[in-house]
Amino acid sequence: MLSTAIGIAAWGLITGVAMGKSGLPIVAMVLMSLLVFAGSAQLAVLPLMSSGAPLWVVWATALCVNLRFVIFSAGWRPYFGHFPLGERLRLAYFTADLNYVLFMRRFPEPRPAPEQLPYFWGGAACNWLAWQVPALAGIFLADAVPVHWGFGFAGTLALLGVALSLVSDRATSVAAGVAACAAVAAYALPFKLNIVVAIAAAVAMGLLIDHSTPRRAAPLDDKT
Amino acid sequence: MDLTEALIAVVGLTVITVVTRGFFFLSRREIPLPDWLRQGLRYAPLAAMAAVVVPEVVMKGDQLITTWQDARLFAVAAGAAWFWWRRGILGTILVGMAVLLPLRLGLGW
Repeated sequence: MLSTAIGIAAWGLITGVAMGKSGLPIVAMVLMSLLVFAGSAQLAVLPLMSSGAPLWVVWATALCVNLRFVIFSAGWRPYFGHFPLGERLRLAYFTADLNYVLFMRRFPEPRPAPEQLPYFWGGAACNWLAWQVPALAGIFLADAVPVHWGFGFAGTLALLGVALSLVSDRATSVAAGVAACAAVAAYALPFKLNIVVAIAAAVAMGLLIDHSTPRRAAPLDDKT
Repeated sequence: MDLTEALIAVVGLTVITVVTRGFFFLSRREIPLPDWLRQGLRYAPLAAMAAVVVPEVVMKGDQLITTWQDARLFAVAAGAAWFWWRRGILGTILVGMAVLLPLRLGLGW
């Protein structure tokens, strides 16, 4: 957790600095960091808010950037679907990219189990703190940070490490390659929709490979 | 954008965060997921990571970079090499940054 926390911290710091430099009221920026807790959405809407874009554009942008979370939420359902609504709302707020990735690795079977909640909350608390502290620091220290050094890239490197840890076989590496190409090809799409396109393309490719190479009996596939 | 409007924006964004992240498990009703979709979803996290990382490395603004003299390429290559050798995320970050900073600050790549 510590190593990913450093990457998250770098990302949080960059986002915080961007918020600090945006010229928007500090109170709103602090609340945005604490309440919204969605880095890529925050970074995407900041220029919109600074230039006085209408509220519905701000919200539509955030919705699109966050679409990948909708996909992830389908993955969370088997584990958390049975909890009461209040608990589910709290869980929903805290799930983020890395929680999803690491949790799925630890619990590959889509079935609820007692040790999942402590694992989730441990990771989520770590993630939240690792993000919020640098983000808030970034908001207040915005003028002192030398952005041109490229610190934001540390966040990218963290995601790179996590991505590499997920590559387990030929199918996954091909799917990742497809996602990468699609993301670049579709980069011109607004609202970071290229991410959604890339996920769709990679899932399609992954399924294609799964179905064309019957490696071992997959019970879900059995149609007889 | 003044304070009031900014605060309203933030409230709306918070709702969006919770709803998008909890979309499929906030409702008690079972929204049936076809089997193929559930299987395919295991590729989703890796795809999302790749989709976020790769454009950050090979694009400048809206274009693919045209020169190999870009510090990010080397940083990523170094970070990936470290990962294959030692499999640590912290190491990936440190090695990548250790390559990025001198190239960027020293050579201006």
